[in-house]
Amino acid sequence: MTDLLNAIVLLSNFLIIPGLSYGSQLALGALGVTLVYGVLRFSNFGHGETMSFGAMVTILTTWGLQSIGVSIHPLPTALIAIPVGIIVTIFFTLLIDQTVYKYHRTRKANPVTFLIVSIGVMFFMGGLIRFIIGPGDQIFFDGTRFILKAKEFKELTGLDEGLSLKMTQGVTIITAIIIVAGLFWFLNHTRTGKSMRAYSDNENLALLSGINPRKVVLVTWILVATLATIAGTLYGLDKSFKPFVYMQLLLPIFASAIVGGVGNPVGAIVGGYVIAFSELIMTFAYKKVVLYLAPEGTTVDSLIQLLGTNYKIAVSFIILVIVLIIRPTGIFQGKTL
Amino acid sequence: MKKLALAIASAALLSSSLVIAGGHANNVKIGIVLGFTGPAESLAESMARGAELAIKEISASRMLLSNAKVSYVRADSTCVDASAAAAAAERVIGSDKVDAIIGALCSGATISILQNVAMPKGVLLFSPSATSPALSTLEDNGLFFRASPSDARQGQVISELLQEKGIRSIAMTYTNNDYGKGLADAIQSNFESAGGKITINIPHEDGKGDYGAEVGALAQAGGDILVVVGYLDQGGKGIIQSSLDVGAFDNFFLPDAMIGKSLIKAIGPDLNGSIGTVPGTDSNGAQIYAQMAEKDGFTAGPYSPEAYDAAALTLLAMQAANSKDSDKVKAKVFDVANAPGVKILPGELGKALKILKNGGEIDYVGATAVELIGGGESSGSYREILVKDGKNTTVRYR
Repeated sequence: MTDLLNAIVLLSNFLIIPGLSYGSQLALGALGVTLVYGVLRFSNFGHGETMSFGAMVTILTTWGLQSIGVSIHPLPTALIAIPVGIIVTIFFTLLIDQTVYKYHRTRKANPVTFLIVSIGVMFFMGGLIRFIIGPGDQIFFDGTRFILKAKEFKELTGLDEGLSLKMTQGVTIITAIIIVAGLFWFLNHTRTGKSMRAYSDNENLALLSGINPRKVVLVTWILVATLATIAGTLYGLDKSFKPFVYMQLLLPIFASAIVGGVGNPVGAIVGGYVIAFSELIMTFAYKKVVLYLAPEGTTVDSLIQLLGTNYKIAVSFIILVIVLIIRPTGIFQGKTL
Repeated sequence: MKKLALAIASAALLSSSLVIAGGHANNVKIGIVLGFTGPAESLAESMARGAELAIKEISASRMLLSNAKVSYVRADSTCVDASAAAAAAERVIGSDKVDAIIGALCSGATISILQNVAMPKGVLLFSPSATSPALSTLEDNGLFFRASPSDARQGQVISELLQEKGIRSIAMTYTNNDYGKGLADAIQSNFESAGGKITINIPHEDGKGDYGAEVGALAQAGGDILVVVGYLDQGGKGIIQSSLDVGAFDNFFLPDAMIGKSLIKAIGPDLNGSIGTVPGTDSNGAQIYAQMAEKDGFTAGPYSPEAYDAAALTLLAMQAANSKDSDKVKAKVFDVANAPGVKILPGELGKALKILKNGGEIDYVGATAVELIGGGESSGSYREILVKDGKNTTVRYR
């Protein structure tokens, strides 16, 4: 019985909790990508940098708050700085939309043009961010680091395996649930949300029925900026803020969106968890788990690892390829909102 | 507009001809090509200042060759981008006309510069910090030297240290490049032949946000200590942070590239009790150098003394060869670095130049008690580090 518990705790500590928090971060990022794709119909490569920008503003606000002594111990101060980050990022994305994307939208440019333009925006934002906050690591986490420490858990339960839950992991998972619930309520129960879905479904029909396209675009960017800021800040809180990492994050985020079905919000969320968990499950070494579950006296020489950790990135690509071959629209039918 | 363009063009022509004229005159120029950006960027600044300190000291003495002035130019070799490294070296040789290069910081960048630029152009390359064992055997036409020991030696020292501490099994992860692989292999072969057990030895990539999968595998394999052959600003830090978060390991072994203040600052008190090694000696050269650095306004970080020694040895060898031609200089590096001769400590470079000018011999000790062996690398003495109360403290030298 204890062996079984040990095995469960072991898996929770190394697989389930990290997978849930990493998956939530990917899901929030993929939701932003999917919204832009669904409503504005292009792949927004600037999304990673939008996350980075939002996180940066939040960090600067956090530092400001910390210097005047504001704190919500044991929660990180960054949580009350997020609204400021969201507002500034909304203004920034709207500015970019008005100065860059609007021009191409009125000319009805094809999606590839938009894609290339968004890569340009990505480099511009990346440069701006490095200009303002620098390329280095910024640690802005404060408050209590752990909700549950591995050592305390061991003492509490008397098990051999520890279970740790970081404050940031808890905050990430809970925030993700709240945000996703809020977004779905908005899309399904408000007039604006419904008009967004209609616009995404069939643009011409939506225009005929009197939906204001400018309002739809505006609301989409507001949602995207909000999601990006929250996702970026949560990621920065959990790991640490470093501009370079956000560009790297773009790949798994796009993989998540595509695996789930581009343009489909449910798909983005499921895709996020699929990518996060498959990376962990495929590269985890199951030696100890097997030892706990196997009868006494069994010895295992190998690590029982399906793939070396160096193949971690390959896993998301393999899943991407398989999904695109077997089900090109993604797990959930994509391209509708 | 046309006139302006013409004026700019002629001004540019004029200034470049001036540079060429300057090159022919009695001036020496040194290229400082280090990884100012990338995984080891926090080490680069203090290293560059070290090399510049030696250059300024020699320039001020006006004793080199026939009262030569020594100037320097910095270039960014990055750490992992081999083509950027070669381009940076190409630039300092091609347009800045340097006579020798101090660099690069990382082994991969150094190999790239050596093979693509330094050898074809016949320019002397002196690295303060490239430690890959591969550089010991690589074809170099005698143009390559390093003030740091090969990691084959560090692997031996680390293995001995672990054995002495009674550690019988280790888990190891290395940064996936020439440096990481070379040192990890050296540790593995030494530790295993001494009867130790390596439970797992896996690479990690730098610049990732998440190291959960790597740490998961490391934790399952287990071991008395986790040896992190990485960079303190990059994956190395991520691995340690992640290991502590899930409670996978409490003790870490930190090889040379993991020793630095920024790691302690980032990780906090949990790093206390970790051990490590970094090249260093107990000769008073190190202390003298630290004071000189402080006076110059910087802290002598890891490999900063080596950078001072690399620059000093290069220029002293020029004096001994009575030429700045790399082909002649390379033959004199061993003569000035090793016995016999008058021992030279940091701050005594003027004296050394004078002795050489009068036909005497010197044995450069410098900031790191450097003694060149093999194809031109430091024999290697190491400082054993213990992280205690949020500081890197020296246990002893070996």
